[in-house]
This record gives sequence, structure tokens and C-alpha cells, in this order.
Amino acid sequence: MSSTFDKVADIIADTSEIPREDIKQDSHTIDDLGIDSLDFLDIVFAIDKEFGIKIPLESWTQEVNDGKASTEEYFVMKNLVGKIDDLIAAKSA
Amino acid sequence: MQLEYFQMIDRIEKVDLDGKTISCRSKVPGESTVFEGHFPGHPLVPGVLLIETMAQASGFLILCLSNFSQMPFLVGVKEGKLRTFVEPETSLDITAEIEHDGSGFAMVKASIKSDGKKICDSKLTFKTMPFPSEEFADMMRKRGLELGAPALS
Repeated sequence: MSSTFDKVADIIADTSEIPREDIKQDSHTIDDLGIDSLDFLDIVFAIDKEFGIKIPLESWTQEVNDGKASTEEYFVMKNLVGKIDDLIAAKSA
Repeated sequence: MQLEYFQMIDRIEKVDLDGKTISCRSKVPGESTVFEGHFPGHPLVPGVLLIETMAQASGFLILCLSNFSQMPFLVGVKEGKLRTFVEPETSLDITAEIEHDGSGFAMVKASIKSDGKKICDSKLTFKTMPFPSEEFADMMRKRGLELGAPALS
């Protein structure tokens, strides 16, 4: 498990009422964990602050709404963590 | 301030685009139909309207920061504290500060004081999205300029 995964899972558990042990690499944050769009704002806020990044939530949502990307691409934990790692790497590049 | 029309801000005093803060002023009217029910013989500004006042000041700040290109909609109220009664004719100093400028959302800390005394404060969450129509956008720009928002660049 990556440390990014642990931090993101901790944030989700702290921000929502989801038990930490229920949050797995393959968990879909919407379909499996039941996080709604409003709760997701709090989670993104906490992730942005934790890692000093700005998750492009608007463009992700737009891509999903336009059918250009699946929700799995952005909202399954391991993929979400991968995107966050990319943003962290881009910030320090 | 016209409570019946949800016009809660009288004047935008200052917008600091770098510091992401706004200061506004309002004066509670002496009379309003709102006071006929809230409460008969003991007029008080409803707490939800104080939250709305903080939300509108915060909203104008977000509008100014986006150059009136995105409309903020209130979606969350956290840690709302209503610390004292607000009676007719009370002058209000409303301030708001962006806590986080996210992608498609903003977190704001807002408060209201009167004569230096804290009246209420809250953390507010806004979703920002394109205006639903150009007419709506024009109306908000016009309203912002009337209240003293910086001219569009």
C-alpha cells in the first residue's frame, strides 16, 4: 500500500462515516463507499490541503458527464491515488 | 438590506483579490414584513437570514475572483454560530475570506460584526459553475457593480 493511499483513506474515514477498514484499493468511492458529491467536496478539500495540490475535479466531472471517461478512471481508490500521485509529482517537477 | 427580496448586502466596501477577502456593510431595516412573524412584538432578524447575508458576501467575493465568470451556489454550512440577537436598525459589518479555492468549489470563512461585537460566523461551502444563462450573468454583474464590486477587467 502506498502512503498516499493510506493518507487518502484516512481522510475519507475522518470526513465521512465510512469505517477505515472498508476502504480498499479497489473500492469505488461512489458506488462502493457511497460518497456523494457534496461529501466528496470535503474530501477533495482535505486532500488538496494535505498534499498541496488542486485536484481538477471540474474537468474530471466534465469528462465523465461527457462520456469521455468512466467514473472508475477517477473514482476507484487505486486510480484516484494514482492521479493524486501524478499531481504531486507534477507539482515538484 | 431588503429582507423580503433577499437583498442582504447594501455595499461592498473592499475586495482584496490577492488576499481573497471581502468586506461589506448592511443596515437592518427598521420595518419589514419578516418582523411581523419573527416575532410579533419582538422583532429579530432570523438566523437563516444572517447565514444568507454571510453567503451573499462570500458569493460576491467568489464572483469577483472569477471575474464574474462562475456563479457560486451555497451547498454547505458548517459550524454556524449565531451569537447574539440582531434587531431592526442594526448596522452590520460582513467579512469573508476564501479558505480554499478548489476546482469547481470554494470553502469560505465568513462572519458578521456590529460595533466590533461578533454576531455570527460560519464556514460555508460553495459549488461554482457556469451561469445558467447570459441574462443571469448580466444581472449578477450589474448587481455587483451597483454594490461597489471592482469593475470587470
